[in-house]
Amino acid sequence: MSRSALSLQPGHAAADRPRITLSAADRPRITLSAADRPRLTSPAAGGSRIADSEATGPAAPRPWRAAPAWLRRGAARLEPLLLPLALLGLWALGAARGWIPAQVLPPPVFVVDTLRDLAASGDLWLHVQASLQRVLVGFAAGSLIGLLLGTAMGLSRSVEAYVLPSFNALVQIPVLAWLPFVLLLVGIGEPLKYILIAKAAMVPVALNTLQGFRQAPAGLREVGQVYGYSRRQQVLEIVLPSAVPTLFTGLRLGFTKAWLSLVVVELVASSEGLGYLIVYGRQLFQLDLVMAAVLVVGAIGYLIDRLLDLAERRLAGRRAAAAPGAR
Amino acid sequence: MASIPLDAAELAISAPLRPRGGRRWRGLVLPLAAVALWWLASRLGWVNSALLVSPIQVLDTGRELVGNGRLWLALRASLARELTGFGIGTAAGLVLGALLGLWPRFNRLAGPSFNTFKQISLFAWIPLISVWFGLGDVAKVVFLSLAALVPVVVNTCDGIRSTPPALLEVARVYGYTRWQTATEVVLPAAIPAIFTGVYLALIYSWLATIGAEYLLVSGRGVGNLLIEGSEHFQMDLVLFGMAVIGTVGWLMNACARLLERRLARRFGRP
Repeated sequence: MSRSALSLQPGHAAADRPRITLSAADRPRITLSAADRPRLTSPAAGGSRIADSEATGPAAPRPWRAAPAWLRRGAARLEPLLLPLALLGLWALGAARGWIPAQVLPPPVFVVDTLRDLAASGDLWLHVQASLQRVLVGFAAGSLIGLLLGTAMGLSRSVEAYVLPSFNALVQIPVLAWLPFVLLLVGIGEPLKYILIAKAAMVPVALNTLQGFRQAPAGLREVGQVYGYSRRQQVLEIVLPSAVPTLFTGLRLGFTKAWLSLVVVELVASSEGLGYLIVYGRQLFQLDLVMAAVLVVGAIGYLIDRLLDLAERRLAGRRAAAAPGAR
Repeated sequence: MASIPLDAAELAISAPLRPRGGRRWRGLVLPLAAVALWWLASRLGWVNSALLVSPIQVLDTGRELVGNGRLWLALRASLARELTGFGIGTAAGLVLGALLGLWPRFNRLAGPSFNTFKQISLFAWIPLISVWFGLGDVAKVVFLSLAALVPVVVNTCDGIRSTPPALLEVARVYGYTRWQTATEVVLPAAIPAIFTGVYLALIYSWLATIGAEYLLVSGRGVGNLLIEGSEHFQMDLVLFGMAVIGTVGWLMNACARLLERRLARRFGRP
């Protein structure tokens, strides 16, 4: 048996057939480069983005070409802040001048004060804790079920044939439509929230897992066949590695969905948590409380999304680094 | 290392496009089994609970709702709002997305703000919207428009910005004006992505319709049927409402898929 290793380097989407390079090492190993990562959002993957180089690069806007580099870079960095600052200024001015009654739109200072009060009294942490606990339990349960379901469907065509149509049919029904059903079944307690959040997280995880398992390039599988891989080897060394990025995308999407439905569920049925804080503020007509809670919800969602993004990029980076190492 | 004989049956994964004709029935096994079990359970009284209604009762409720016209009234109200919100949101989204994609300066100014905005869970806006616009149809349509706006903007902008550079170069070589480049090169290239956005907007706005009826309770709609069922412990009403919502969602999905395929063929995309 030949003792060579394979390192496949599929180019961008344009190049259909992966280039195969052979070199010596002790075990057949197959790695996918990061370039092979599926792109879910942009259908025309591979085309470089036209405005990107102009918009986000350090290249400066034209009128400031004469200015020194550091100034230009600083100005470019400040640009995105202009619009929010202008809006904030308008809002503050409107509140100060009394254009809008504070009941309809409380001045920004109020919102900040409320936020500070909430944080100081410890209420905020209580609510954040309740929400985070719900979302974590629900997400963990949902993504576990999703991974199992997706793996089962991904590995076996017949499981897919039996389960996927029912799964697709149930997925059509949104979380909010499940709510009254589950509410009647288990009551308004914590299980209701866990079940709904888990359902929300489960769907993208299962679908992405299935997709991930199915997308191992045909070329790689052929190579596996040529080397007489067992089914187990096929799965562990070909299918799984190429599925990892998609799996991760599924987890990330699952978390986003879980966070979204947490807010929904708490808005409808809860007595603590960030969503409840929003409803409570609305009932008391304290819009400053509503806005403070919305801010916290947004900030936490954003933070977690950034974290997952970082983890995803790390993963992709490690895979990219691993690819040349497999030579 | 002993070479293991390849068993074709083991390698189901390596046959991604196996003929599937005649195997469709397998998808029906699970739902039919579930319904049979459900029917048996209610028939034989395995669970003694008012919540376990029989499938036949659900069908009866459905027939009654269809018969006395309540279902159509509710569906019509929901769909009218859905389509209004979807129309407004999509139109605004196309304009905003095109501006963000075609105009780098605008992108620098507004892009980050928009990205922050879309991070905030949509439903968190409902309390604010209810204060500003009340609980009626206006508030619901505003909310639906927001729901439809976000995916359209994101996909339009993405589609425009991922125009193949080769095409842009050709346009430059031929001395196209900016307007010509935008209308004859960039927009056609972005059509599939734009359509994806519109398609997502349709789905999102349907989800948001249910959400709006749930959280801005007033008037009639399919969501209100559900709420009523849950308030009166009428499991049959709840289950029937869920089925209606699921079916409408599925129909929208199917129509959009069909259109997408047509469009894709027309614009010569694989």
